[in-house]
Amino acid sequence: MPVIEYIDAIRLAMKEEMERDDSVFVLGEDVGLKGGVFGTTRGLQQQFGEDRAIDTPLAESAIAGVAIGAAMAGMRPIAEMQYSDFMFPAANQIISEAAKIRYRSNNDWSCPVVIRAPIGGGVFGGLYHSQCTESVFFGTPGLKIVAPATAYDAKGLLIAAIRDPDPVLFFENKKCYRLVSDEVPEGEYTVPIGKANVLREGSDITVISYSMPLHFAMQAAEELSREEGIEAHILDLRTIQPLDREGILEAAARTGKVLIVHEDNKTGGVGGEVAAIIAEEMLYDLDAPIRRLCGPDAPAMPYNPVGEKQFMLNKEKLKAAMLELARY
Amino acid sequence: MTQKGSVERQARHIALGLTDERAVAMYETMMLARKFDERGQVLQRAGKVNFHISGITQEPSQVAMGFAMDRDKDWFLPYYRDYGLVLSVGMTVKELMLALYGKGEDPNSAGRQMSAHFGCRRLRIATGSSPVTTQVPHAVGFALASKIRGESSVAIVSFGEGSSNQGDFHEGCNFAGVQKLPVIFVCENNGYAISVPLSKQTAGRISDRALGYGFPGIRVDGHDPLEVYRVFREAHERALAGEGPTLVEIMTYRVTPHSTSDNDMAYRTKEEVDANRAKDALPAFRAYLEQLGLWSEDREQALQQRIRKELDEATAYAEQAPYQSAEDAFRYVYAEDDGEVR
Repeated sequence: MPVIEYIDAIRLAMKEEMERDDSVFVLGEDVGLKGGVFGTTRGLQQQFGEDRAIDTPLAESAIAGVAIGAAMAGMRPIAEMQYSDFMFPAANQIISEAAKIRYRSNNDWSCPVVIRAPIGGGVFGGLYHSQCTESVFFGTPGLKIVAPATAYDAKGLLIAAIRDPDPVLFFENKKCYRLVSDEVPEGEYTVPIGKANVLREGSDITVISYSMPLHFAMQAAEELSREEGIEAHILDLRTIQPLDREGILEAAARTGKVLIVHEDNKTGGVGGEVAAIIAEEMLYDLDAPIRRLCGPDAPAMPYNPVGEKQFMLNKEKLKAAMLELARY
Repeated sequence: MTQKGSVERQARHIALGLTDERAVAMYETMMLARKFDERGQVLQRAGKVNFHISGITQEPSQVAMGFAMDRDKDWFLPYYRDYGLVLSVGMTVKELMLALYGKGEDPNSAGRQMSAHFGCRRLRIATGSSPVTTQVPHAVGFALASKIRGESSVAIVSFGEGSSNQGDFHEGCNFAGVQKLPVIFVCENNGYAISVPLSKQTAGRISDRALGYGFPGIRVDGHDPLEVYRVFREAHERALAGEGPTLVEIMTYRVTPHSTSDNDMAYRTKEEVDANRAKDALPAFRAYLEQLGLWSEDREQALQQRIRKELDEATAYAEQAPYQSAEDAFRYVYAEDDGEVR
């Protein structure tokens, strides 16, 4: 099975789906001729033409709103937000429109749109090219939200998102684009939306996370296993809405000690909901208080390297938090 | 509106390609919209329904634009005063009444949304919401789908002049101009965004903005439905010919308060409202038809009787119709397979 980069997995998913289904098309700023500022859509306009890989005006509400209209008309649009930081002008279209179209029309209309947006820092992007914005949309019924950590999941989840009958926000981690490579099958397959995935089996502590920080957790887990004999059980949520309740409870029950990790800031983040699910269902089965390791409650990360490093999660921070929980 | 010149000269509607029957149907639809709207107000005042929002005196132009479109192929994205438009493209008074009462059989939303939030896939009317102007980019998306699929469908989207100040207006128009899409943007300029008059909304003409997007912007008198029809036929032909969008600004006036929850005497005078009510195009259109021998007092009485019966039946039906059940209140957040969420 070929090993490919995370960014290529995303592009392959779009390319293969556009080959399979004429109603699939991409639109966004710079996605056409240039192939995206990160290169995610490279080659699509050359292969499918200007009508199916559309360079749009710099206007996020229109990118989302036009995609929503086309989706209602029966197309399968993939709208790209250049950075999730720039997604807020489209928030009204996503929250007031895409999320509510099926519900408010009593199932008469639907909105099968995919909105892709890169999240995450560590790229010297400063405040406005680094944010994780998923918690803004999290908790909006009618939306599905996915955030893959591996190339395999990126391709499989994106294909599932394109085929999904409802709006899906696809938060891809820009730090993963070139840093993460893994085995990805050629041809089509889907990763089911709404299903978490156990990345590592263990019996001492449970780490629940999504997107980039899982790679730090995996590295830290190997070291803790080697150095301390601590075995971490690691769950990749993959989908953050709807959350996989059974998967979360099962993972928590494996060890009775839970650490929830995300780069998005702590307050109001996805981790609070994961913690609440565990507390509601199995508080008295736990052997330690539920812990969260998250981005700080600062508006966003600084541009300078000291501030950025201080904000970002890394293997060492994960390892320290995991060790502390194991020793509780 | 009076017929100019001798009776030998071709009637205006004939010159525009409207048959006598279609011209008469336009008048009947205008009147139907008017009477439904008036009934809505009465029902709200009587405490039978919680809310009604009105489009009175805007119906003649709404009907004219509806009649200029292709019901079988075009996409319709109306705003909340467009009773004339939705009736023109096939919605029934019974359906509107079910929406007014918020009942389960309402095809617009099964009573989930406030009334006048139109949407009906069967009639190619896209579902709309309350945050204004979001439908403008949607119409551009419908038009984009037409272009990609090579279909001859035009998207028509309407909104008030208040909406023309929203970013979605600009973003949608600009996108459509670049892509030369088959879409008609309709600003029903009724002079007020709730209490804020036009003079405090914009210092320019809304139709002029089209210049900046690279397509025609036309201002038309909403009290002249045949001229409105002509403008929309032209815009429709341009769209089908691949010549791109048109912005139409219909000059009209909101004679009612914003909604049944508004007291308009807090911000304007009765004299101003009365002076504008006197310009109502509905009696003028009737006079036009009468002058051509297409309408008469007898036909008017028969029409009024027919409408009253239709409204009475629709009201009685909607009043006794059940609400959507509590069990179904939260269905269709996502697609369902055999009742299960996918």
